[in-house]
Amino acid sequence: MLSLIVFLPAAAAVVLAALPARLPARVFVGTWIAAALADLALIVAAWLRFPGAAARGGYAFEERLPWIPSVGISYHLGVDGLSLPLLAMTAVLFLACAVFALRETRRVKLYVLLFLALQTVCLGLFAALDLILFFLFFDLSIVFMYFVIAGWGHAERARAVALKFFLYTFLGSLALLLGFILLFLAAQPHTFDIVELAAANPLAAGGPYAGLTLLAIGIGLAVKTPTVPFHTWLPPAHTEAPATGSAILAGVLLKMGTYGFVRIAMPLLPASWRQYALVALLVGVVSVVYGALVALAQNNLKRMVAYTSVNHMGYILVAIGAAGLVVAGDAQARSLATTGAVVQMVSHGLITGALFLLAGVLYDRGHTYDFGAWSGLAARTPRFAALFAVAAFASLGLPGFSGFIAEFQIFTGSLPAAPVPVAIAVTGILVTAALFLLALQRLFLGPLRTPDAPGTPRAVVDLRASELVAIAPLLALATLIGLAPRFLLDLVEPAATTVNTLVAR
Amino acid sequence: MNENPAALVPELALLGAAVLGLLAGAWLPRRRQWPVAVLAAAACAIGLVATGLAFPRPPETVFGSYAVDTTTNVTRLIVLVAVLLAVGASVDTARARPRETEYWVLLLLGALGAVLLSGATDLLLLFAAFLLASIPLYALVGWTATAPGTEASMKYYLSGAFAGVTMITGVALLYAAGGGTAYGTLRDGLAAAGGRSVPALAAVGLIAVLAGLAFKAGAVPAHFWVPDVSDGTPGPVAGIVTTIPKIGALVAADRLLSAAIPDAVVDWPLIVAILAALSMTLGNLAAFFQNSVQRLLGYSAVSQVGYVLMAVAVGARTGQAAPALLLYLAAYAVTNLGAFAVAAAIVAPGGGPARAIDDHRGLAGRRPVLATALVVCLLGLVGTPPTGVFLGKLAVFTAAVDGGMAWLTVLAVVNTVASLFYYLRWIAPVFADVRDQQTTEQPRRARPWANATALAAAAGSLVIGVGGGLLAGLFSGAP
Repeated sequence: MLSLIVFLPAAAAVVLAALPARLPARVFVGTWIAAALADLALIVAAWLRFPGAAARGGYAFEERLPWIPSVGISYHLGVDGLSLPLLAMTAVLFLACAVFALRETRRVKLYVLLFLALQTVCLGLFAALDLILFFLFFDLSIVFMYFVIAGWGHAERARAVALKFFLYTFLGSLALLLGFILLFLAAQPHTFDIVELAAANPLAAGGPYAGLTLLAIGIGLAVKTPTVPFHTWLPPAHTEAPATGSAILAGVLLKMGTYGFVRIAMPLLPASWRQYALVALLVGVVSVVYGALVALAQNNLKRMVAYTSVNHMGYILVAIGAAGLVVAGDAQARSLATTGAVVQMVSHGLITGALFLLAGVLYDRGHTYDFGAWSGLAARTPRFAALFAVAAFASLGLPGFSGFIAEFQIFTGSLPAAPVPVAIAVTGILVTAALFLLALQRLFLGPLRTPDAPGTPRAVVDLRASELVAIAPLLALATLIGLAPRFLLDLVEPAATTVNTLVAR
Repeated sequence: MNENPAALVPELALLGAAVLGLLAGAWLPRRRQWPVAVLAAAACAIGLVATGLAFPRPPETVFGSYAVDTTTNVTRLIVLVAVLLAVGASVDTARARPRETEYWVLLLLGALGAVLLSGATDLLLLFAAFLLASIPLYALVGWTATAPGTEASMKYYLSGAFAGVTMITGVALLYAAGGGTAYGTLRDGLAAAGGRSVPALAAVGLIAVLAGLAFKAGAVPAHFWVPDVSDGTPGPVAGIVTTIPKIGALVAADRLLSAAIPDAVVDWPLIVAILAALSMTLGNLAAFFQNSVQRLLGYSAVSQVGYVLMAVAVGARTGQAAPALLLYLAAYAVTNLGAFAVAAAIVAPGGGPARAIDDHRGLAGRRPVLATALVVCLLGLVGTPPTGVFLGKLAVFTAAVDGGMAWLTVLAVVNTVASLFYYLRWIAPVFADVRDQQTTEQPRRARPWANATALAAAAGSLVIGVGGGLLAGLFSGAP
């Protein structure tokens, strides 16, 4: 079943690749929407069939085939409470992007093929239970995203930015590979299997070897997440990428880094994680504060949202860092923090995905993200203004939205472990609130002003139907999680407790 | 002494096809010499079948100085498959040219030399194989008789002559130090004599022999011919000289070092590690701003040798090194030949092969399948999963870390990221949108054979990557 979920988009891509590119764009995008819908239905079915609460904490729907047995590599898929919500979020976000892409006109066939491949890669990463399989999807996500940015970015500058993105994140992925090799060599018998490695716990004693392994894996994941000081690739990549590319990049690809922390770094290197948890926490705090402050200073909407991603990813590091401070925090608080981290991943995916798609709408209307070029849009584009306001409030963590649930859990869970740093991190929320309110004010209030550079459409139109259908469900889901989070928390909590048990052993 | 010629069927098939081809070429009409190409392909097929049958047999040494074991068998497989790909890539270049027969015969002889290099267990046979792998290729490089081709041939020949003289001097010095040329005798001799002034003699001799092998492999410090030869010859020839002798030379180096030189006498792991580090770094740095695709691939070939040498460096320290070496070579041979085949399959607006990166601008729009093959091969050379070289790199990195050379692995990682830069300089224009520009429309399948070979090589690279379990199992019998 998991293989079907992972490879359904790829199969659709293979079928589409055989069709001539001169067919109408609707054929390609339509197939993409159908494939994404089918995939989402399968994931919902998997969610419903996921074993009852008693059995939770283990993996479900496992599939394992020998791939390269001589070096302990297998094709091993499986989901638990950490990965299933992310799979669902990925499917929802790709569906939204597919609907949004109905308005794409440039080389649609290639575009759809790339996104379908990207979808397979993203789903595969969250389902992978083998380090090499994980790395394969991790690396391919970079390759496909490179082509998306380089091929459909905004200007000739997109190519240089895509190159920077590729080089930077590829360095991260190779650091990750180095860490995986060190893990592989430490285990007896040598294996790349995540489940076996977690059970064997080969580096339980800690020490410099384990520390170096964590350093390599940590750098690899930190580049992808990204945390300060490895975040510099992110803002330009977002600014130049097309709206759908940005949404996937922020919504899904960034989660690969944070998911790697909870799936690999924490359970497989528990001793070192406990030892260096404070480092992760402090990096998280710095990311939170720095990301928020730099976002506040931006004049470009997309750059601003990109920096808030750095800020939001920082919260996740704070939480998982606190989860590693076994001595200081009690078990329940640490479990709460880890749960909050996973909820934050889902929540950030939905909300930031929506924000980037909305930014794409703005660009479509006026070919600029510059705050200075826009003003007073609320009267002209009420639907756009309403959705943007909802997304902004959700992103800044207003109660009633998923961001609040996540951040509340993170702070409550982390505070006992490290009161002072976490208290500093809370100020990040304040700054985020300020910057989103400022953005709303600049875009929507005041006298009407729209960019009148040559080539821009005269009248600024409100959200079109396809844009509305793409963006509104994301925000509806974020609200649903905010109001009735039990369905998600019931899934995440047992898995989070399992991770914490593994860290604490 | 075991003198069973039946153990040498693949070698004899190559030799026989070369001799028969030369004779046949003398009688065939000038414009219809294609049967020689068929003969070459048939020899490869026979060799592949014979190698497959020889796999289960226990290792043996024939004629006193030629080992037929898993390593030799795998090298035969790699070289024969590489020759088949090379034949496919070359058909468009060589067909109906006045000296077509010579092209195929020289290719077969060079390949025979590469195979012999891998099996040699005696310094004298090693040197003979070195000459056999070198001399036909000098002629092959100059085969087109164009000005750049002649210059390349000249440079290749002069470097080769110098390397050969150095190598034979090294053989003499090692003989003096160890009292024998057979690897077993040499090892015992060096180990017994260790402690006196012999280590210096053995070290100088070893470095001289390695210099010869480094020339064949295109490794630093004997790499100066690689870019000029790659750039001055037709794409398929460049692919052949940067791939086929390299396979033999690197396997030969691994066998020589592991079997003949005790690392207590000469610290050869360090020497090889330094050569590896220099090769990958210098090759990469030089490749950065090349505008000719073949020159770029030439420098990339230099850097790739560096990665393979990592496995050689830890050859005596970990059992994972030998399979890693062979896996990397297999994947690299297919991928590299694929990249050169793509270069050979594209016709520039002027009519000749497309040499500059700019000639590839917008390729994805004109020939999407070929562009995909190019991307697979180039990302394969970077080592992106799921291509074969990724598995090779994974195995080599693992072996190097396991062998206590983590610093070399870190350097290799940094170099891999750096190499991505110049491969992307080639990939990016391929996907440029040139619909609005004036493009010179080309005949769609101007070079069908090179085109098909490029696709086959790209597919092969993916097959090795996905089906790597099978190969790894096959190779793990290597000592």
